Amino acid sequence: MAADADSLRTGLPPSGHQASWRSWLLLAPLLLWLGMFVLLPTALLVATSFSRRDDMGRVIYSFTLDNYQRCFDPTWLSIFGSSILYALLATLICVVVGYPAAYTIGRASPRNRRLLLTLVMIPFWTSFLIRTYAWISILSEEGLANGFLLSAHIVPAPIGMMYTPFAIVLGLVYNYLPFMILPIYTSVEKLDNSLIEAAYDLGAGPLRAFSSVIIPLTRPGIAAGALLVFVPAIAMYAITTLMGGGSNPTIGEVIQNQFTRARNQPFGAALGVLLMLLFLVSFILMGRKKNTAHAT
Amino acid sequence: MSDAHPLGRKTLFHLPGGNALMRWFCGSWTSAVFAFLYLPIVLLVLFSFNQSKSGFHWEGFTLQWYEALFRNQILLRAFTNSLLIGTVSTLLATALGTLGAWMLYRYRFPIHRTMEALIFVPMIMPEILMGVSLLVLFVNLSLPLSYLTVIIAHVTFTFPFVLVGMQARLQGMDPSLEEAAMDLGATPRQAFFKVILPYLTPAIASGALLAFSLSLDDYIVTVFVTGAESQTLPLKVYGMVRVGLNPQLNALSALGIVLTMILVYASEKLKQSHPGE
Repeated sequence: MAADADSLRTGLPPSGHQASWRSWLLLAPLLLWLGMFVLLPTALLVATSFSRRDDMGRVIYSFTLDNYQRCFDPTWLSIFGSSILYALLATLICVVVGYPAAYTIGRASPRNRRLLLTLVMIPFWTSFLIRTYAWISILSEEGLANGFLLSAHIVPAPIGMMYTPFAIVLGLVYNYLPFMILPIYTSVEKLDNSLIEAAYDLGAGPLRAFSSVIIPLTRPGIAAGALLVFVPAIAMYAITTLMGGGSNPTIGEVIQNQFTRARNQPFGAALGVLLMLLFLVSFILMGRKKNTAHAT
Repeated sequence: MSDAHPLGRKTLFHLPGGNALMRWFCGSWTSAVFAFLYLPIVLLVLFSFNQSKSGFHWEGFTLQWYEALFRNQILLRAFTNSLLIGTVSTLLATALGTLGAWMLYRYRFPIHRTMEALIFVPMIMPEILMGVSLLVLFVNLSLPLSYLTVIIAHVTFTFPFVLVGMQARLQGMDPSLEEAAMDLGATPRQAFFKVILPYLTPAIASGALLAFSLSLDDYIVTVFVTGAESQTLPLKVYGMVRVGLNPQLNALSALGIVLTMILVYASEKLKQSHPGE
């Protein structure tokens, strides 16, 4: 394992050999795929966002800022706002609900830990459609919850629980909770017992130890979880369409609509590019937080 | 001092300080979280055996919804599509990811960092943006939306997961493994196929498993890039969910959950047989 100074500096594996023309040939599939199906589509999306469309909805490549100007129309801004709100709320609930569970799993004995972790993995890997349908079958008017409430004579008529902001946030939380638990669990598992013991020896109570030792040490896990929940949640349109019924559209639903029914790809692309910028900003912010956490 | 704060591994949830109140809180909170995660799924499976078409009332055990499911030609066709697309894109993604990881590990390319960054793009980019940007690409290439476009899309969002898993496995590899093979007279090619590839096999298997389940599961990207004849199971299921409650969906979900449990079990077994990943 002789890692030379160069490989340490560049972070490249010590076995890294200088590339020959033959190695370029073997790299070609990866290079082509990345260029063709990752880089090029993204560039085309950006180009589309500056373009016009003809009456048939076809894209005419040109340069205009009209699509971006339209994004700042109050209608779309408020949809952006409510999408961010739903995603933030879902992230917050996931942290509050998921943290104690992730902590408990991380501190359980190794055998129990594996069992509990598998129990988190199963919903994590179950199709979001199945999990969303599970809640629809509970919340809808002829669903289980209303069936129970009606037959127990608690309510005289079915309550409308679907197609509300509550249903949207519930759908998001239910879907993304495992995404929060897993990274927090990973950082709890790495916790050094002696640090916690030291806190107690220095006279800290459980709450104090928790807030000034455990939480700061597991912050990278919280940040990773928050990113894993917030980013997909804000762009999610399938769950929000199913649970919100289109009455409270999210930005994802608007983009999807522009690319399908409304046939206004340039506008949809502009919304998409703005969304991408939003993610970039949140990634940079999280990255910076992580760095300052390491520095202190 | 430490006797007062036992950190022993005797209890199920051993916590700092062994504070009984805190232990009780963590235990019951975690139980509640698992109840929240599992109750809807359990109810879904339970009511797939209910004779009543909808609602809360239990009218007796039946397998009729499963029977109806297996006679549902539309769903069967979509499932065949899903299996076909999943298999082809898994093979391609696994090959692409394995070769890519190996090349990035073994050689230094001038654009190394750029490529490593680009590999992460499909992993972190929200699916909807990936779907619409691939749609824009296919329209520009005048490629008709079909099996081909769906497979391209599925390979694009699955191969980075294979590649990154493989990189983790390669990081743990002893570099002398290859050198030893070469010292014993193997050509680089022989060393790769006889020594490196067998070492990578568990990572290849779990990468393929991951790629296959991601492909089988995808709705959001697929909906943008599919033609009428290449619609996959999740697309048909989404259509059914939009219409309303349907016991056939309960039956299908129950089967999906069983399949998921098998996949999770298989990947856990893979991990256990080769620890250190």
